[in-house]
Amino acid sequence: MKRMIRFRLNGRPASVDTDDDRMLLWVVRGDLALTGTKFGCGLGICGACTVAIDGAAVRSCQTPLSAVEGKNLVTIEGLEKDGKLHPLQQAFIDHGALQCGFCTSGMIMNAYALLQAQKKPPRNAIIETMDDNLCRCGAHQRIVAAIEEASK
Amino acid sequence: MNALDRREFCRLLGGGIVVLISTPPAELFGQQQPRPYPEDPNAYLRIDENGRITLYSGKVEMGQGINTSLSQMAAEELGVSFDAIDIVMGDTDLVPFDQGTWGSRTTRFFGPAVRAASAEARTVLVKLAAEKLGVPREQLAIANGVVSGGGKSITYGELAKGKTIARLVGEKAVLRAVKDFKVIGKPVKRVDARDKVTGRAVFAGDIRRPGMLYARVLRPPMHGATRKSVDTSKAKAMQGVIVVEKEDLVAVLHPDPEIAAKALAGVASAWDRPEAKFDNESIYDYFVQNVPAPEAKGQFQSTYRTAYVAHAPMETHTAVAEMKDGKLTAWIGTQSPFGARTRIARTLGLDETSVRVITPFIGGGFGGKSPIGQGVEAARLAQITGKPVMVMWTRAEEFFFDTFGPAAVVRVTSSMDDQGKITQLHHDVWAAGTRSAESPYDVADAKVTPYMGRGTPGASLHPFATGAWRAPGAGTNVFARESQIDIMAAAAKIDPLELRLRNAKGDRLRRVLKAAADALGWKAAPGPSGQGRAIAVGDDAGTLCALAAEVAVDRRTGAIRVKRVVAAQDMGLVINPEGAKMQMEGCINMGLGYVLSEELRFNGGEILDGNLTTYELPRFSHVPRIETILIRNDDHPPQGGGEPAIVPMGAAIANAVFDATGVRLFQLPMTPKRVLAGLAATKS
Repeated sequence: MKRMIRFRLNGRPASVDTDDDRMLLWVVRGDLALTGTKFGCGLGICGACTVAIDGAAVRSCQTPLSAVEGKNLVTIEGLEKDGKLHPLQQAFIDHGALQCGFCTSGMIMNAYALLQAQKKPPRNAIIETMDDNLCRCGAHQRIVAAIEEASK
Repeated sequence: MNALDRREFCRLLGGGIVVLISTPPAELFGQQQPRPYPEDPNAYLRIDENGRITLYSGKVEMGQGINTSLSQMAAEELGVSFDAIDIVMGDTDLVPFDQGTWGSRTTRFFGPAVRAASAEARTVLVKLAAEKLGVPREQLAIANGVVSGGGKSITYGELAKGKTIARLVGEKAVLRAVKDFKVIGKPVKRVDARDKVTGRAVFAGDIRRPGMLYARVLRPPMHGATRKSVDTSKAKAMQGVIVVEKEDLVAVLHPDPEIAAKALAGVASAWDRPEAKFDNESIYDYFVQNVPAPEAKGQFQSTYRTAYVAHAPMETHTAVAEMKDGKLTAWIGTQSPFGARTRIARTLGLDETSVRVITPFIGGGFGGKSPIGQGVEAARLAQITGKPVMVMWTRAEEFFFDTFGPAAVVRVTSSMDDQGKITQLHHDVWAAGTRSAESPYDVADAKVTPYMGRGTPGASLHPFATGAWRAPGAGTNVFARESQIDIMAAAAKIDPLELRLRNAKGDRLRRVLKAAADALGWKAAPGPSGQGRAIAVGDDAGTLCALAAEVAVDRRTGAIRVKRVVAAQDMGLVINPEGAKMQMEGCINMGLGYVLSEELRFNGGEILDGNLTTYELPRFSHVPRIETILIRNDDHPPQGGGEPAIVPMGAAIANAVFDATGVRLFQLPMTPKRVLAGLAATKS
């Protein structure tokens, strides 16, 4: 149904007037022009489209826009504050935790949600949480090291 | 190009000092280059009046980190800090011609061009400084983009100011000696890291043009199917949907990708489907029967099989094309921007100068982004509709149109004398190439024979397109050979490392073997020793890489857990050790896939794995502890780094499984089912 949906986007009020059953991924990448969130598989399997709604990681390719109504949506573009990177972003740089960079936004957002829920997750919790996010370049152990570093 | 053209080109770039190149730069380094970089109207390097240096590269960035290592090479030879370099990659209007980014060739073959151009630029700058400062050249020194001497100094920016100089590398450029290196050989962080962690990095799918339409294209249900009929009336009735039906191309377009998808779902079509001749189980017999080989004789003979594998980059094939004033511009995630330009120009009936291909960041390639079907589709649709068009393949399209790494059969026939000296190594390979099949061992009777089935009607043995998959064929060939080495070692009750050292051709090979084994904590024993450890070595892209691995096998479930992998690599002079290690780790992690879980299932031309649900990529929980060792060999020219470490993965793991259980597996991937079958067969 076409209607006005209001929510907070990366800390600021936002609204879009559109069909509320459109998938969040395409609204974010299209209407909101935030292209850091990626399309990888369209079935919620790869995790490249991960964003946070009220601090919880969701697959935006499987989440209708209506799910963000009245909530706080954070995308990769919302982590940097006043030119200062989020500790996860800095740790990903420092550990070389990326190659092609296409899965990176989803990796960081998934880890961001983990750290919201658990301040210092043990290594096995990190691996378990990240297991459904796919990286084809094989930066896995550097990603785990970066998340550990950021949670210190 | 004449001097006038050069000056004009220089002006186009915005003036400053521009360096072009004429001598084949590979000659400067004694590298073998099948086709030298030609003199090209495009520049390699430009120095502007702010002292910023722009490096122009026909090579593209898909994760391998060459934007960083090429910048290091330029900075080194120019005598500037690493941060002073910007890099433009894969823009056919701006960069020098390049065949494509594949085969771990950038550092080996384009690197020399960059270093020569940069050294030439340094020579020009010193000459200009000498004139300007009135100080003889030999008294001048360069540091961080400042030329100084005789109590005076001047910056590169000041020297380039108001100049329009085009220079060709005419004489042998004087390169810096290894002992003087300040930037090459130092670990450097990726130049693209910040953009990639903030979501700012632009990939083809992130391009936005005014009035852009998303296209979805009608696809056949299987390879080899022919269309009998199509009905687009439902899509045509949808508001705002544009339907294109031209020859083989049926597409629906809309500014919203989800509506385009809905429109495609409303297109009805009927197809003639060819009968399936073979599937992923029976294909191997088909290969061998279709291209028979003469009988081979030796003490040992084994046959090995490897499956079709998908590239499965996280970014599906994506392109945007726009036609404006008779010129087509396409943004394509491609490993082959110049190849794309040629194909688009031919397809659209345009002159090559009327097509510009721009390559944004590529979300993984691995050989799969050399074909540019999506670019041609976007270009055709832009020409037909007159609007900018994006084609972003779905994951199912990605699996369907992938140029899969080919399934293959390898038969190795070998013999050994009673001193543990390998006397015969005959390597017959069906359906894949012979890359890395030639062994790095000193064997008197060594022979490699491909059975490709080409030159006969039906040409390819494969039911769908196959192509280069990270070190094409090498993983298959080395899996077979290095497994065979362990089979011989076990039969002769010789430690498998010892057998390799005894037969090694050259010290480079011995060094990587010893380094990997030492770091693993190798305990010599003939196999199966019960330790679950093994070693295998590959020789690929000029680089030697030994992998020592440790595994555990769950005898109940058949699951293999790779606990540790140690990689020791001699790649000659290392430009960026950090980048090189990232590539080695990436190879090992990606290697877990084709070795343990990845196998494309199909029935004839029908692809049964349409998404990542059933085609199992490596995950965080599969990843072993990885250690990487770079053997220092600075006097040896830089060699390939993107592929070598993936090559010995199959044999390293298969040999470790044998060492743990006594079960020899001859087929990749080593799925739990195959492991259980192997365990059961050994018991009986």
